[in-house]
Amino acid sequence: MTVVDAAGLTAWVHEFTRLVHEQRDALTQLDAAIGDADHGANLDRGTAAAVAALEAQAPEEPAAVLKTVATTLIKTVGGASGPLYGTFFLRAAGALDGDDGAAFATAVRAGYEGVVARGKAERGDKTMLDALGPACDALDEALGAGKPLDEALRLAADAAAQGRDATVPMVARKGRASYLGERSAGHQDPGATSATLLVEAAATALAGRG
Amino acid sequence: MPVGVVVVSHSRALAEAAVELARGMLPGRELAIGTAAGDVDGGLGTDATAIADAVTAADSGDGVVVLMDLGSAVLSAETALELLDDEVRERVVLSPAPLVEGLVGAVVTAAAGAGRDRVAAEALLGLAPKQAHLGG
Repeated sequence: MTVVDAAGLTAWVHEFTRLVHEQRDALTQLDAAIGDADHGANLDRGTAAAVAALEAQAPEEPAAVLKTVATTLIKTVGGASGPLYGTFFLRAAGALDGDDGAAFATAVRAGYEGVVARGKAERGDKTMLDALGPACDALDEALGAGKPLDEALRLAADAAAQGRDATVPMVARKGRASYLGERSAGHQDPGATSATLLVEAAATALAGRG
Repeated sequence: MPVGVVVVSHSRALAEAAVELARGMLPGRELAIGTAAGDVDGGLGTDATAIADAVTAADSGDGVVVLMDLGSAVLSAETALELLDDEVRERVVLSPAPLVEGLVGAVVTAAAGAGRDRVAAEALLGLAPKQAHLGG
């Protein structure tokens, strides 16, 4: 079975949307502690719109799926998460070349680097990068070691979750939470939490595809 | 054709008022000033696709200078660059100038027929009179 065809990527987006909806209130509560309490609602609205856009006109090309998701999130998420998640999917769409696990890993890495460039943030700043970065590393390492994509994505999801948990003691250096300074420590970052759901969704939706 | 000017703001009302204020500096002169402000529902927010559309509409071939308010407006303006055609993107300057002061400097210079880089430079100087006056 082809791993990253349009159907596989669409399934990824569907699963991400389901997880965001399920975790909507939890994401908002995390954001209420160190942000402006809208992350859950914003991402829930945006991912639902992305699913609707994919259903209204299902793209045939895998990259077009990611592009549709990018532009829909940009239009509907709002705040900083819209351009950041939008850039992730936009750069992933541009880098997707091939239909195997390695191509998926390359696309996701490009998306991660796009978020780094857009947010001018780095790991340790208490952002979504603290989950996405370790996930990309784990994915590359596992595929490089010859592990099947299923297992590699599961390791990536575990790495994302560990990265998310590691944001708790961090002091935020980017975004609205950085206004809190030292007071941002002791709270799990909402962006790293939603980014973990994105990786978790890939591990679930692409399972059995290679 | 003059250089295009686009205002990006979280608030439609803020963008329109800033444009009205800047237009007051242009009695009897025509200048198209684009806006991309607010979210899709008219609430507070910015939308990179709307910014890309406004930039494309404002570009007559001589480039566009984009003024923006703060925070995610900056991220959205940068994201909009990625959505533009390569040819248009090369002619766009995202100005770090303060929105109101920068806009006034930009439109006065653009209406006088200056090129894109000169318009962007004037926008950046927009804060200087206030700083000089207040001794800052």
